[in-house]
Amino acid sequence: MHSEVTVTVNGAPVVVPSGTSVAVAIVMAGQACRRSVSGEPRGPLCGMGICFECCVAINGNRHVRSCQLLCEQGMEVATEKCIDE
Amino acid sequence: MAAAACAAECGVRVGMVDDNPSLGGQIWRGESDGQHHPDASKWVRRVRRSGAAVLCGWRVVHQPEEGVLLAENLSGFCELKYGKLVLAPGARERFLPFPGWTLPNVMGAGGLQAMVKCGLPIRGKRVIVAGTGPLLLAVADYLRKHGAEIPLICEQACWRSLAKFGLALVRWPAKIVQGLRLKFDLAGVPLAANSWPLAAHGETTVERVTVSRAGRVEDIPCDYLACGFHLVPNIELPLLLGCAVGNGCVQVNEFQETTSSSVFCAGEPTSIGGVELALIEGQIAGLAAAGRTREARAWFEKRKKARGFAQLLDRTFRLRTELKSLSRSETVVCRCEDVSYSRLRQHTCWRSAKLHTRCGMGSCQGRVCGPMTQFLFKWKPDSVRPPVFPARVESLAALARQLEGQPTAK
Amino acid sequence: MRNTAYDVAVVGAGIVGAACTDEFARRGLRVVVIGEDIVGSGATAAGMGHIVVMDDSDAQFALTRYSQQLWQGLRPELPDDVEYEQCGTIWVAADEEEMIEVQRKRAYYGERGVPTEVLDTKALQRLEPKLRSGMAGGLLVPQDGVLYPPCAALFLMERAQTRGAKLILGVRVAQIGEGRLGLTDGTEIAAEIIVNAAGASAADVTPGLEIKKRKGHLVITDRYPGFVRHQLVELGYLKSAHCMSGDSVAFNVQPRRTGQVLIGSSRQYGAEHKQVDHSMLVRMLQRAQEYLPGLSQMSAVRTWTGFRAATPDKLPLIGQWSGDKSVFLATGHEGLGITTSLGTARLLADQISGTKPEIPVEPYLPSRTAKEYVHA
Repeated sequence: MHSEVTVTVNGAPVVVPSGTSVAVAIVMAGQACRRSVSGEPRGPLCGMGICFECCVAINGNRHVRSCQLLCEQGMEVATEKCIDE
Repeated sequence: MAAAACAAECGVRVGMVDDNPSLGGQIWRGESDGQHHPDASKWVRRVRRSGAAVLCGWRVVHQPEEGVLLAENLSGFCELKYGKLVLAPGARERFLPFPGWTLPNVMGAGGLQAMVKCGLPIRGKRVIVAGTGPLLLAVADYLRKHGAEIPLICEQACWRSLAKFGLALVRWPAKIVQGLRLKFDLAGVPLAANSWPLAAHGETTVERVTVSRAGRVEDIPCDYLACGFHLVPNIELPLLLGCAVGNGCVQVNEFQETTSSSVFCAGEPTSIGGVELALIEGQIAGLAAAGRTREARAWFEKRKKARGFAQLLDRTFRLRTELKSLSRSETVVCRCEDVSYSRLRQHTCWRSAKLHTRCGMGSCQGRVCGPMTQFLFKWKPDSVRPPVFPARVESLAALARQLEGQPTAK
Repeated sequence: MRNTAYDVAVVGAGIVGAACTDEFARRGLRVVVIGEDIVGSGATAAGMGHIVVMDDSDAQFALTRYSQQLWQGLRPELPDDVEYEQCGTIWVAADEEEMIEVQRKRAYYGERGVPTEVLDTKALQRLEPKLRSGMAGGLLVPQDGVLYPPCAALFLMERAQTRGAKLILGVRVAQIGEGRLGLTDGTEIAAEIIVNAAGASAADVTPGLEIKKRKGHLVITDRYPGFVRHQLVELGYLKSAHCMSGDSVAFNVQPRRTGQVLIGSSRQYGAEHKQVDHSMLVRMLQRAQEYLPGLSQMSAVRTWTGFRAATPDKLPLIGQWSGDKSVFLATGHEGLGITTSLGTARLLADQISGTKPEIPVEPYLPSRTAKEYVHA
């Protein structure tokens, strides 16, 4: 069992201890999880999966709540800003 | 966990469904980090030993027919057939809007704690903790123990309420001990009553917060603002199942049974009352659902006592009216659809605002903006429709495919 | 008891009521409109908001075409939140038999000046790559559009108010007739003419009206911009709309300006409650996935229902009611209320003011049916 996991956030690798949530990995990478309807950068608010501010695309699947998901080796995370560009 | 363990220990076939990646809910999030309350490990072990089937990472989205729940996770869906159902969906934080509250690194109090439990580095970071409720102290304590610097805790309740709260705790000695330990652990952290955030400032993340502190305005630099205004019961699934609700809480009888047959409810959705009450109610519900009414009765006295604490919480941490006027006209209220305060003010009810501005129509299904607009404008919420949580089209279109059991649903 | 005198009182604050109120006010009539809830809270809130031409009958075509052109003319004045998009409709043909229907439609629309384009399999795939492969083709109707109905209704209503119309919300109409309206709060309103634009509740206001409620379901997804670009409808849609009894579903999706995908459609008679009917939802979504397999993995955020007002001959009732000369009807629009609201308002205002309507009104006159209405 690895004690570290590497995921990519918008193409850039991020190394985190295992047991880290994807939302945390995104914050550690200094990125905003998404852009709001009017273009504001947004990050996690509730930390428990009800606010949907932390939604990102995981391995191509959109609208996944990153705070409710733990990082897995090789996961590809794309923040919403990246998808629509 | 309490309900599932108790029911399974009676020999009943039990299934547990929870959206979170592991057992523990919100209060005991992150069983793997080993830093939590000893009670948490005790209950996790008890659930594991009881033989209850545990489905973590699954969320219930719909009840397609009587006695069946539709649940989905990241990759699939299933239908859960049940004879009895115990709902323990907990509570969520109440948020209130103020200028800058949508800046990244402004989070709920429990929200930031959850992030730290999931690995967010907080050592050496400055965190302002604000809002209302005992959660603030618990969060500040947790963050401090993980190396955060807390320049200030802003509690909007007044000193008189807090003092009365402190005195009233004499009825619950365990809570006094808890409180004193917190006070000791938090020695040196300024706690301001009559205090609330006025605005958060920063470029791409929050960099400083302006707070009102006993009538004075103060600017405090920080890395995070952990801000939550007590808790709101998660009653969406109970409502979908037809349970009667009063004052925003699910109505239950002495056995924690709701008005919907075969459906029980325990914990915060019946009233915000903290861990002890939730555990007691969970045990009563689990035992009653398993048909063990005599054993369930044994907990009634303890529950009565714990319920008193819920009432005390409710009285002490009422929101003050100043909090209604923090927003400016351009302050975003509905975050999913970016609807501003001024646009919402033009409407006379939730339904009108929803239809004409889309407030409440976003992914959170009104979980964030609903309680907010109820406080700001006294709007009454709408009825609940499926799915109670966004669900994949294929799950909603599913034909029956079963995992059988007697679920205790999150 | 208050008595006030108006030229026209409109019952119903949905899109049809709002359009009528706006038109009457434009013509200088003193008008009051009464709605029991908020503006656009009935079928208007539940509709898909398409602005389409439909060729189920010549009369249906005439009204939808006339009304669509009125919407196009209004477009520059519509505020942003009405979200008018001329995305066009593609009638999707699943097989060669449906392609014959495509050709028939093309000829029909062609003769009447509606531009269309026949799409073969390749062209269809190019325009809408998310459609299941193996479709025979389709018919593109580029002038069709979509908008967001509750804001469209609100726009019309607010414009009507700036023209002097009075809006009363939150009261129910108990009875109408002989130049007066009785509200449930005891108030009476006197008006020369009363217009019943109460949609699915029209028969409650005017007993004896042959309006049946036709329940529909909708689902909206989270944001997936570009997933579909046009409104997509299966050619079987009209078969579903045709059914005079029983439940049916038909594939119909729309892109919203937000990037969300709106999924319909279903029709049921005899269902009186608003709750989402799981079996209908399943049928509708399965049908939709047959055409757009990619829908299956998309996040569905909300579902809801609404009631269309359906008449026996599938044409709306626009004109004077034989049961009471002071009562005019503007109802029975089934699934075309948004499209035909503007045309309805014009035709009704023409009849009331005695001006020549721009299209023949005979097919929509309430007196067209042979039945005798029961006098309320």
